[in-house]
Amino acid sequence: MPDLEQAADGSRMQGHGKERFFMRFTRAQRYLHAVLFTTFLGLAATGLPMRFSESYWARKFASGVGGFGAIIFFHKLCAVVLTLAFLIHVKDIFTRGVVNREKGIFWGSNSMVANWKDVKDLFGHMRWFLGLGPKPHFGRFAYWEKFDYWAVFWGMIVIGFSGYAMWFAPFFARFLPGWALNAVLVIHSEEGLLAILFIFSIHFVNTHLRPDSFPMDMVIFTGVESEEEFKKKRPEEYSKLENEGKLEARISEEPATWLVNFTRVVGTIAILIGLVLLALTLSAYFRE
Amino acid sequence: MNEAVVNKASSSARPAPRDKHLAERGFREGLGKVFFFMTAGGRARAFAKAAILAAGLAVLQLAAGSGTLRAQTDCLSCHADQGLQNAAGHSVSVDGQKFASSLHGSLKCGECHTTIKEYPHPDTVTPVKCETCHADQAAGLAGSVHSNKADHPCTSCHGDAHSIFPKNDPRSAVYPLNIPRTCGACHGNDALAKKHGLPNIYPMYIDSIHGFALSKEGLLVAANCQSCHGSHNILSHKDPASPTYKANVPQTCGTCHAGITSDYMGGVHGKAVAAGNLKAPVCSDCHTAHAILQPTESEFRMQSTPICGSCHTDKLSTYRDTFHSQLGSLGGYVETARCWDCHGAHEILPASDPRSPVNPANLVKTCGRCHAGANASFVQYQPHANARNRKLNPALYFIRLFMNLLLAGTLTFFVIHTILWLIRSRYDQIKRRSANGGKNA
Repeated sequence: MPDLEQAADGSRMQGHGKERFFMRFTRAQRYLHAVLFTTFLGLAATGLPMRFSESYWARKFASGVGGFGAIIFFHKLCAVVLTLAFLIHVKDIFTRGVVNREKGIFWGSNSMVANWKDVKDLFGHMRWFLGLGPKPHFGRFAYWEKFDYWAVFWGMIVIGFSGYAMWFAPFFARFLPGWALNAVLVIHSEEGLLAILFIFSIHFVNTHLRPDSFPMDMVIFTGVESEEEFKKKRPEEYSKLENEGKLEARISEEPATWLVNFTRVVGTIAILIGLVLLALTLSAYFRE
Repeated sequence: MNEAVVNKASSSARPAPRDKHLAERGFREGLGKVFFFMTAGGRARAFAKAAILAAGLAVLQLAAGSGTLRAQTDCLSCHADQGLQNAAGHSVSVDGQKFASSLHGSLKCGECHTTIKEYPHPDTVTPVKCETCHADQAAGLAGSVHSNKADHPCTSCHGDAHSIFPKNDPRSAVYPLNIPRTCGACHGNDALAKKHGLPNIYPMYIDSIHGFALSKEGLLVAANCQSCHGSHNILSHKDPASPTYKANVPQTCGTCHAGITSDYMGGVHGKAVAAGNLKAPVCSDCHTAHAILQPTESEFRMQSTPICGSCHTDKLSTYRDTFHSQLGSLGGYVETARCWDCHGAHEILPASDPRSPVNPANLVKTCGRCHAGANASFVQYQPHANARNRKLNPALYFIRLFMNLLLAGTLTFFVIHTILWLIRSRYDQIKRRSANGGKNA
């Protein structure tokens, strides 16, 4: 039945060709996320054994990788890399927002800064959970995405500062009171624990594991998403771009197969590592 | 206690010269005869004559020696047979050559086997009584933990009665390097250990620093079993007269480790023990009695903190909260501060003592041993801070409270939020799919 086959082929090609892809993240932003999650996994994997040093798996893991010396080395290595990434990001924001006076960095619908719509969206979203209202029309960055961003931002400042204070304690002791050296460990470990628990449970589910994105949202790896996904997940941004006639400018190429496959493997590994660490953390935390 | 150990050592050394005396008796008698001839046979040419006579007498002396041997030879004519057994099936064979070279080689058989006077002798003979000559040792043994003669005959430690060697002879079962194996014959036996409610000591000792020095280096001064326990009158560690009684342990170890014992006696633990407080630790409480490790060894550094913590529980729990402990618990890194790195090990002094390394005046130096650049502000760090105690560490308490509330609050909100979201979007997904033609409905 050549006709049918051709027809099927043709329709598939047509359907395929129709699907448009839109740019969401730049290459630099995707790399930033890659560096962020790699170093974060490294920091979590090496930080947790220190936090729960009494637990069996922590000791096994530590001796497996060469003891505490190896653990602290990788912890510090990841910390330095993440600090550099953080500083590059801050410099980038500063250049775009302050030096180049780019609009929409610190306010507006494309900004990471929370606004009144986010509050309305939060309550609207929860009403929708309970079937009490329609699903809100999210913009470029939804309220939980902004929360993730600022949680990481604040976390890096707090965890980073307290970490460096421990690393270079005699130096920090020149201008910090003695009790602050006690406090930094409490802050570092509690905030680190919060970050780990939050990322490996809330961020994972909100962004990657929820039914709409399961098993992971590929947009952070490929930088682009299909028109259907765009419309569904961020209807407000889509219609705004459409109304302003800027939609075409965002059209991008379909991601290469190798990129999709490669990042899917990397993403799956990252999520699995995170879930294992989450399980270990919870088991150690509740046994404490 | 120290004296007791020395006495024990010298008393067990005593038999050696006594038995040597017996061996030399015949020779001295012959020498006496030489002098008799020298005086009676004139002095002028006496020297040459005496020389000849001395040679002749030496032959006589040998003959006299072989006379002693002859008595053994009589017995050995039967007992040299390697297959000779008594009615009970035990070997009664004697290696004559080996016996002759042993400590008792000059004794006639009848000197120990006193009831055997003639041949043929009865089938059943009374056991040899070593205490006839070795009364001190027998008395010591009778008062010891090994007093049960049936279980602990002299031969159980000294080996075959016909091949006993002086204790400084490497062939002796009680030669310092052989003692652990000799004692280990029983104290390295799991079944026996269980029966008597004792630990299986031998493997612990032999892997210890003392056991290593002895077995690997052949170090004669390395502590072996009897260095601490004595030899014949070994007493239970519960007996106040025992060198291993808790209060006596510092002096017992001090027999060799004199400097450490003197440091220890100057510290709080030593003073407490001297004052009769037996809750305070002695050497063996921290170093263990048998499985003693080199203190710089990582294994010892890893195991020692809980030992201090077994008494200082509050200090251990606050130490556990610190980075020192967290680092130290992870294998492979043993450099982080353990209790004694700051407090000292043997001469532990209260922080109020100006000589104490944890006296405020000494902290910069003490902390500075690890933390280069430690200054007055740095040493304000509290290595035993308790973030759960509002009165002692208010700042830390409230910081921890804030962090915990932040953690609990954030997670509680988002867990509820995300679970509701999951349920709702899964519900929508199923509804949508069923509307799309029942797939996955």
